[in-house]
Order: sequence, then structure tokens, then C-alpha cells
Amino acid sequence: MSDFPHTPPRFSWTFSPEVNAEIRRAAASGIYDIRGGGSKRRLPHFDDLLFLGASISRYPLEGYREKCATDVWLGTRFAKTPIHLDIPITIAGMSFGSLSGPAKEALGRGASAAGTSTTTGDGGMTEEERGHSKTLVYQYLPSRYGMNPDDLRRADAIEVVVGQGAKPGGGGMLLGQKISDRVAEMRNLPKGIDQRSACRHPDWTGPDDLEIKILELREITDWEKPIYVKIGGARPYYDTALAVKAGADVVVLDGMQGGTAATQDVFIEHVGMPTLACLPQAVKALQDLGMHRKVQLIISGGIRSGADVAKALALGADAVSIGTAALIALGDNDPALEEEYRKLGTTAGAYDDWHEGRDPAGITTQDPALYSRFDPVLGGRRLKNYLKVMTLEAQTIARACGKSHLHNLEPEDLCALTIEAAAMAGVPLAGTDWIPGRAGF
Amino acid sequence: MCGIVGLFLKDRALEPKLGEMLTDMLVTMTDRGPDSAGIAIYGRPQKGKAKLTVQSADPDADFAGLDAALSAAIGGPVAIAVKDTHAVLTVPSARLDSARSAVRTLRPSVRIMSAGEEIEIYKEVGLPKEVAARFGLRGMSGTHGIGHTRMATESAVTTMGAHPFSTGPDQCLVHNGSLSNHNSVRRELRRAGMTFETENDTEVAAAFLTHKMDEGENLGQAMAATLTDLDGFFTFVVGTRNGFGVVRDPIACKPAVMAETDQYVAFGSEYRALVNLPGIEEARVWEPEPATVYFWER
Amino acid sequence: MQTFDLAAEGLRALNATLHALKDKTNETVWEVVNPRGAHAIAAGVDAPVEITVRGSTGYYCAGMNKQATIRIRGSAGPGVAENMMSGTVIVDGDASQYAGATGRGGLLVIKGNASSRCGISMKGIDIVVHGNIGHMSAFMAQSGNLVVLGDAGDALGDSLYEARIFVRGRVKSLGADCIEKEVRPEHLALLADLLRRGEADGKARPEEFRRYGSARKLYNFSIDNAGAY
Repeated sequence: MSDFPHTPPRFSWTFSPEVNAEIRRAAASGIYDIRGGGSKRRLPHFDDLLFLGASISRYPLEGYREKCATDVWLGTRFAKTPIHLDIPITIAGMSFGSLSGPAKEALGRGASAAGTSTTTGDGGMTEEERGHSKTLVYQYLPSRYGMNPDDLRRADAIEVVVGQGAKPGGGGMLLGQKISDRVAEMRNLPKGIDQRSACRHPDWTGPDDLEIKILELREITDWEKPIYVKIGGARPYYDTALAVKAGADVVVLDGMQGGTAATQDVFIEHVGMPTLACLPQAVKALQDLGMHRKVQLIISGGIRSGADVAKALALGADAVSIGTAALIALGDNDPALEEEYRKLGTTAGAYDDWHEGRDPAGITTQDPALYSRFDPVLGGRRLKNYLKVMTLEAQTIARACGKSHLHNLEPEDLCALTIEAAAMAGVPLAGTDWIPGRAGF
Repeated sequence: MCGIVGLFLKDRALEPKLGEMLTDMLVTMTDRGPDSAGIAIYGRPQKGKAKLTVQSADPDADFAGLDAALSAAIGGPVAIAVKDTHAVLTVPSARLDSARSAVRTLRPSVRIMSAGEEIEIYKEVGLPKEVAARFGLRGMSGTHGIGHTRMATESAVTTMGAHPFSTGPDQCLVHNGSLSNHNSVRRELRRAGMTFETENDTEVAAAFLTHKMDEGENLGQAMAATLTDLDGFFTFVVGTRNGFGVVRDPIACKPAVMAETDQYVAFGSEYRALVNLPGIEEARVWEPEPATVYFWER
Repeated sequence: MQTFDLAAEGLRALNATLHALKDKTNETVWEVVNPRGAHAIAAGVDAPVEITVRGSTGYYCAGMNKQATIRIRGSAGPGVAENMMSGTVIVDGDASQYAGATGRGGLLVIKGNASSRCGISMKGIDIVVHGNIGHMSAFMAQSGNLVVLGDAGDALGDSLYEARIFVRGRVKSLGADCIEKEVRPEHLALLADLLRRGEADGKARPEEFRRYGSARKLYNFSIDNAGAY
């Protein structure tokens, strides 16, 4: 009997080891899993698009000598002082509180050196960030932590946050371990508690009331600053149109790959849409209203390289924003710290329990013993380098497509590798003229 | 997302000014809803008569000879009053239903905006001021009326997407907010035999009330049912032949202001809409409570 | 006194004029006539001046106010004195939703009734309401004092942090984690001061109020409290 070969062990795809571990964890702890970062799933993304470089029908530009410009104006619709950036890559909103002071300083230094902006997060504006960021966008969130008119007036732009890609429909969350003395004071909360944040703004709901709120913010700042409206990608066509109707100067759209400091894993992985699916919808809304390029569009959520920047611009964005990528450039999840990650029960590249505040890189922590390891000057240089590389990469691609400005990239410069990407991006499958979903297919 | 205005007159002496007052209130709410505007006006009924208000994208072609053709089809006298893209067809009340079917047959592309003994509904794409001018709303008189300025959220900016929606005789409804279970409710109502012209969430609310009243509930009961069966954020203002109703969802985030004097009851999404009403300085001004049905009837 | 006709000159001109006033200004007394329910009247003022609005306002009157004393001789629309930093705002009539929302300092007095979400997310402001307040008031209120001479609506103080709530009338229902607490001598002294500054000391005595505050059970997540979320 024992001579028969027996069936080898076989895992279930549905009940995979990861899924089972999560079920056991839930049963043991009685709480949902909370983590940082954006969606970790493989999703249709910019990788599934390719550029059609110059050949005989199109001619390329020479590198270096023949200029490919990269600058962008943001906020030209209503603001007295719109923002001019040297590169179309900005740093997304991340709070002091979720990030350490030195990390925020590094972001400010690097962004300023590269000629772009940073954004405050769900905790208010710090002196360090205002001091180190040449151009600073000030977020206006449901929590209103630290909100005050003086900071509104010292900001270069104001970003009304309706939602973010990691959790469209959700609020901010900062668990007790990161509410240090300084964070508690800035947010007016007792130290050490779990901060609950509201998911809707306290004093307006809906685009008709948003219009009145934007009017108030403009009045308080004497109509000087561009007003951005940030949305998590869910119904981007309608949301973009409504943001325009409510009076936004700039729309910031964040797809589900967009990161967060901490929220429920189910939110990150199961609510929202991939950035690739969101972007063309928002562009179409602007075009249908005759507002493309008049109300600028910034896209974020999984931007990693100059190729992503170029593809986002080709699909119609005016600029992109990076969050996760900026942190990795600063040194988050660096394999050099592998031994420490092992002690935390994880490994470099997978560490996402930032809410516990034990980041060995000193970036997503409020523990002075840890954040003192992080050198903000070096961090700033690394970020600047990364931003410059992305810009050069985007220029290389754009020149190869015959463009003298990144903004002249267009959807017709692209083809898709998969049916999903073709349908979502609205570009043809490579080697065909088929765009799924158009013309009755 | 929108602006709502409503006026229910207690003092007959104000009836000639109904259109003027409502138009001013409507235009004040333009910022809340620049996409399209609509108004329902309840005029004094004519004995034995009922009205259909219809709209056409090609009024010259569609309205030419329509009165004669309809008269022949229903076997009764028909009068037509054309206003821009709309027309009011006055028919014998006993023939209202057959007139409605006949219009659909005679002019398939014409849309029926309202039917009833008192109601007329006018709605179009465009700024409230322009919409009012096109239909001469200022000059209309009546006993009560509801107006709406629209900022489209999820459905298209079209004439039919504008409010008020009318799904039953002398009934209309306007809505500020965003429903979240309207697709499911629409499916249920379709199974019960109701038809829909648009994908709009507000049309579902109007049809829901009509359906409840068809089943024998009065308006107050039907409006109370919206609190259990409809989900999302809403302020509804409802018109019927004799009455005027208001209900807000239990969360009550969308704005609502009311004013009452001996002469009228008024509704506005913002206080600004009410500032020019006669006697507003001495009026009782209040905000309707959440999850509470308010109703006035003559 | 400076008089500003809002209907004639417009909102931008009004706020630009008010924003130009600095600490040492001579023009310390202002009135705004013909407000007619306009929005953002006197929003973003930062000067120790007195402003009287003769009529009713729209949304966000006195938004983010610093230092000024602003009196509304009428009713106020949604979000009156939202995010106020310091100073005083007095509404003679009623206030609509979100009165004093996210306010961080100063005093808001409402002589009529306040609507729903009064003091939502308050962060240090003091609010004294002579009449009633609506549902979801003091939602997620972090700090400051809310004093209500009339009744309170449903879900008072839901998800409350450290703000103090004093109600003289009936409370329709309490929100998650909000409980009645003992009134001690220091609370009576605090109330006496707030009633006096809130122009209500002739209408009520500190002893007539009950105190409500956070049970603090939601401060650190426990699955057994899941029903409260």
C-alpha cells in the first residue's frame, strides 16, 4: 500500500497562506489589520503602456542641445499668485506626525533644490517645513488639526482634501504610539490616545457647499493663493467636474496605489480605482467642460520613475505627485537596515507597520532615538537626486517622441500591452488600432 | 447638488406675484446650481380641464398643429399655449390619460414634463435667469410653486435631468443631496410597473412617492417612508395639488431654511433666497428638523 | 464709526478693507449694512476692532476670526465663527448648522437657537447658546466649553475628547462615549464666568446645569467597544 505515490501538498489559491495568517490574526486580536502604504496588489498600471518613439514619420530632438522644457504653472484660473514649478513632480501631503521632523525637513530641502513644492499633511504646518520648503502647499482637511489663518496666509497654495486614494471615503488615523508631546500639542489631543479623524469636513458637505467654502478661503487669503481640491479616485469623472464647478484652480487625483500612514488594510486593497483608470476619466471631465489646462490636474498613486511621469503627462495630467517614492528615496525600507527589520518581524521592502512608530530608518517615527539617525541634509540631497533623475528620464522619452515640452506628450504617443490597460488608458493595444470599449466592442 | 426654493401662499392677494417671487428666489440660488433650472407652478384650476406641459427640442415642428391633431385623437377640445421650447395643452380632465398616450403617439420625441389639473413644469439647461426669461416665469400666477437650480453630480446635464421631476398627476419633487441606493430602488419600482426617463437619483425619489401614494398612502406617510427606504443625503421639497411638503434625511447635512408668515410658507437652501420676501424681517424663520415630515395643505 | 454698505460695494471690498486693519488702527468701530444673507462676511479679520453686521448673514460669517468683536444683529448661516482663533462673536438671532465648528479660541454667543453640529470638532473655543442646540452637537469636540441654556438634540458629544459640555435643559440623547459627569465647585466658577461673558447671567444660574464629558473608553481601541464605532 505504501508504495503508491501520494498526492503532494497543495495550497489553495483562495485560502492562501497569507489569507489564512490574516484570519488567524483577526481571530486572536479582535481588531482589523492596520498598516501604511498603498495598495500592494499587482494592478494595471503605467508599466502596461509603452511610448512609440520617433522613427521615419516622427523626428526626435537632440539631447541637451535641443531643449525639452519641464516647467509647469499651477493655479492660473483664479489666483493672483499662481505657482510656477521647474519640474512637474511635486511632493504629496504627508503629515508631521506620521513623518518625523527630520524627514519633513529633508523633503523640504530636496524639493526646494529641485524647484518644486511640498505639501503639509493631516497635522498642520511646522516651522521647519515652512522654513525649508520654497513652495509649500497647505492641506485643509476634515480634522482641521492646527488650522489657522496665519498659516493659510503663509502658504503658497491651499489644498482642500476631500479624500485620498488609499481610502476614498475614509478619514485619517494616527494610533497612540505616535501621538508624542509635540504632535499632541499641534493637534490639541491628549498624548498617547488613538486619534480618530472624521471622514467628512465638519462644516460643509457636497460640491454646492464646497463652492461656498472655497469662497471663504479665498476671501480670507485675499484671493492670492491657488486652491487645490484633492480627491481619492473612485468616481473621478464626476468628482473632477464638480471640483471645477465648485471653483477649484487645481484638481489633485490620487489612485489606489497612493499611500497612507495608517489605515485598515481592507480599505487600501478594496476601495478605489487604479491610478491608470482614474486619470483619463478626470482628463475627459476637464475636456468636456473646456477646462483642460485651465484647471490643472495633478495625478498621484504609484508614480516611481520618469517613465511614469511621462506617461501620466501624455494621458493629460499637468503634473504628478509622489509620496511613497519620496520616502523610499529618503531611505525608507532600505536593505542596509535588514537586521532591524527582522527584529520587527518583517523584512526590507515589506515593512509597513509605520503606525507603530518604530521605523529604524527614523522616517515614519516620533521616537527621538530613532529619528536622530536620519540626516535631513543627506536626505534632502537624495531626494533632489531622485527628482532630477525622474525629470531627465521624462525628458529623454519626450525628446525621443519629438517633444520640446513635456506637456506636448499626448495619448497618441502610447500603446498598451494588455487589454485592461488599453481599456483603462484609452490607448490602442500595441500593433492594433483596438481600444476596448470604444466603437461598440 | 443644488439650490431649492419653494413658496406656498396663504394669502390669495399674493397669487399674481407668485412667479415673480419664485423667479427672484431661484436666481439668487444660481451659484449652487449653474447647470440647469426648473420650476413647477400650481395655478388655479379651470373647471373640468386638465393640463399637460410638454417640451420639444424642435418646438416649431412639433407644436405646429398639435392642438388639432390631439383634439381629433381624444375627441375633445384642446387648447395650446406655446412658451419657447415648452407648450401647455389644456384638455378635458376626463381625457387626461388618453391625451397623454396620444401625445406620445403623435409626437414621439416630445417629452411630457407634467400632467394635472393645476401643475405646469418648465425646465431647461442654462442659467436660472435665462431659463426664467425664456418661459416668462416672472409673469405667472398661482397658489404654490417649487423651483430648483442644478449642479449635476452623477448624471448628465440635460433637460430631462433637471428638476422638478413629476411622476404622478399634480405631483412634483426637487432634491438637494445625493442618494446612495437609488439604483436598487429603481429596479424595485420598475418591477412594480413604473417607468423612468433618466438615470437620475431624484427621479427615483419622485417615483417612490408616487408609487406609495398609488398604493393608498397619503403624502405624509409616503414622505415618512423615504426615511426608511431611501439611503443617502437628501432634502426633498414636494408639491401636490393642494399641498407642499419638506423632509430631510436623519443626518441632515444639506442645508434647509424655512420662513412662515400669515401670508406664506417659504423654503430656501440658503437664507439669501428668502431676503426679499414681504415681511421677512418679522417672519418665523427656522430650519426643519432631520427625519421629520413637514406638510402644509389648503 | 465706519459704515460699509455691502450691497453697494461688495464682499471683496469689505474683506479687503477689514484685512487692511492692523493692531494699531484708529478705525476701531465698524458697521456693515445690507448683508442680505451674503457669505464670508468679515472672514479672516485680525485686529482688535468692533464690527456690527446689521442683518442676517449667509455661511461662514466671522470665519477664522482673530481679536475682533463681531455682532450679528440678525441670524447667521452655517459655520458662523468657524475656526475662530480669538475675539468674540455674538449672534442676536439664530445660528444655522456647524456654529463655531473647529473653533480654537475666543467666545461665540448665540442668543437664539443653534442648529445641528454646534461646536463640531471644537478645539478650545467657548460657546454659549441661550436657546437650544440641534443634533450631533459637539461631535468629536476636543477642548473648550459648550454651555446651553435650552435643550440639546440627539447624539450630544458623540466621540467626545476633552471638551466640556454644560446643558441646563433636556438632552434628547447622548452620543458615543459621552456621559454625564459630576459638577464640582470649579465647574460652577467656570460656568459663572461663561454665563457672564456670554450675556446670559441674568437668565440662568450655574447650579441649574448638568455637565457632560468623555467616558474615555474610545481613547485606545478595544474590540469590545466595536458597537460604538
